[in-house]
Amino acid sequence: MRGAMRVPGIIYASDELVRAMDDKVLQQAANVAMLPGIVSASYAMPDAHWGYGFPIGGVAAFDAEAGGVVSAGGVGFDISCGVRCLHTGIGLEQFEDRRIALADALYRGIPAGVGSTGSVSLSESEMTAMLAGGAAWAVEQGYGRIADLARTEERGRMAGAVPAAVSERARRRQRDEMGTLGSGNHYLEVQRVGEIFDEGIAKLYAIAKDDIVISIHCGSRGLGHQIGTEYLKEMAQSAAGFGIDLPDRELACAPIHSALGQRYLGAMRSAINCALANRQIITHLTREIVSGVFGRDLELPLLYDVSHNTCKVEEHVVGQRKMTLHVHRKGATRAFGPNHPDLPSELKAAGQPVLIGGSMGTSSYVLAGTGNGNEIAYASACHGAGRAMSRHAATKKWHGRKVVDDLARKGILIRSPSMRGIAEEAPGAYKDVSAVVDAAQRAGLARKVARLLPLLCIKG
Amino acid sequence: MKHLSGLARWQHFDHDADIGVRGSGATQAEAFEQAALALTAIVTRIDLVEPRQQIELRVENNDPEMLFVDWLDSLVFEMATRKMLFSRFEIGLSDGKLSARAWGEPVDIERHHPAVEIKGATLTELKVEKRSCGTWMAQCVVDV
Repeated sequence: MRGAMRVPGIIYASDELVRAMDDKVLQQAANVAMLPGIVSASYAMPDAHWGYGFPIGGVAAFDAEAGGVVSAGGVGFDISCGVRCLHTGIGLEQFEDRRIALADALYRGIPAGVGSTGSVSLSESEMTAMLAGGAAWAVEQGYGRIADLARTEERGRMAGAVPAAVSERARRRQRDEMGTLGSGNHYLEVQRVGEIFDEGIAKLYAIAKDDIVISIHCGSRGLGHQIGTEYLKEMAQSAAGFGIDLPDRELACAPIHSALGQRYLGAMRSAINCALANRQIITHLTREIVSGVFGRDLELPLLYDVSHNTCKVEEHVVGQRKMTLHVHRKGATRAFGPNHPDLPSELKAAGQPVLIGGSMGTSSYVLAGTGNGNEIAYASACHGAGRAMSRHAATKKWHGRKVVDDLARKGILIRSPSMRGIAEEAPGAYKDVSAVVDAAQRAGLARKVARLLPLLCIKG
Repeated sequence: MKHLSGLARWQHFDHDADIGVRGSGATQAEAFEQAALALTAIVTRIDLVEPRQQIELRVENNDPEMLFVDWLDSLVFEMATRKMLFSRFEIGLSDGKLSARAWGEPVDIERHHPAVEIKGATLTELKVEKRSCGTWMAQCVVDV
């Protein structure tokens, strides 16, 4: 071990989940605890797995005034990858009547997979406006409604974005990718509310058993990936110059109070806006497609939009002291409790909706943030199941066609350009998401509100 | 056609969430070329990609390991922006300067069935080394 841990490492999980965790998660959580300016602890969520530098499912906060750092490795490549969930108001019977038509229309209309291009191509000045404006920019352009913004973190626009800190190459990678889902674990899924755990909060979230909802999981696309790769390398090569002895190069970071740290924050916030705008455009496309299939104007109001891979400046009480901290959540979800000032008034009593993505064929969950003056892990929760086996192992075990057929027998329709991609993302390749959310609830990170069951899934 | 040494080969290695690429060869350049083939093989079968179109790439870094990451990242960038896949590579290497030619073709979803998009090369399990047996090896985990 290079340095000493400055704070403890804390893992929230059941005995079983901890046993199944790779030892590397513990090592990575310990490495994060060695970084300058870390406050309280290096946390790992119940779905934590071996990541790059930080574990995926890692949460760490840094104090700029104590030499704290911002880390490109602590945010990850898919900046602001996240999930949003839309109410549909469609009944189960109506859905059953139109399910094939809906699956085909969504697959045709939402660009997904390698080599796909979006219908929105941005000029240089539009790109800059998008990077500064996020989902708020998208709404101004006619994608969705103003009401969507109150249901999005940062009200749809991440403040402090500096589009000038985004390289020409990152912009080029995004030029044709607005409104695309991407690939890998990204998806658009139509789901049925299968079970309600907390009637009171479910009512405040306006969800009831057998409601049909649509969840969208995607991120900042090529722009975020390019920003991630560029700053990761620059920070890794500059760390020694800042006197930071990295226990692992992938922890690449720079002092918050440095030109590089500030430049990264400006670029990373631009990528958050890109992700928010992207999910907003896909929402608009989804509304058009679903309205078309059902032959009437459906509003599809937004329940909420959460982001996973971020570094955000937030106020938290540490000990007795209110502190302004740079909170990194890598593969972890912000989970503000009831009455948090950032929540819209109608969600204040319930706490922030925390949307946990499943993996084709498995459940997804709606949770609610719990902390209210007594936050755990800086008001953070898990983000999904996390992989249980590698892509390689999954393709050895399953054939894509068989996965699709097996799911079809369970009433789940899959549409995807790649059967190998389906095999790599087979439901069995992931951990049990139910065990993960149960552990999150037991730890007090978030409260279970509803379980969502997949009906059809568009996979990149 | 370039002649491959008998030592040239590529492979994938496992990582929890993602996948590692490893190239080996008689020279550092050959190891880098082989790792690039491993990169393509994450997306599709290499033999499905016809080397019809040629592009040129240049990267520079005095740290051989960071040069390897830069090389893979430059390919990821070309794959993403040109929407192409590559199946043949030729690298010239000297003093931290890499110049390369890559041959491939535009992604054809029907024919290539691309499995997954590559986000970027990471610094995890990153190694570029000459082994005691004289072969070169270059590897890292790739984020997909």
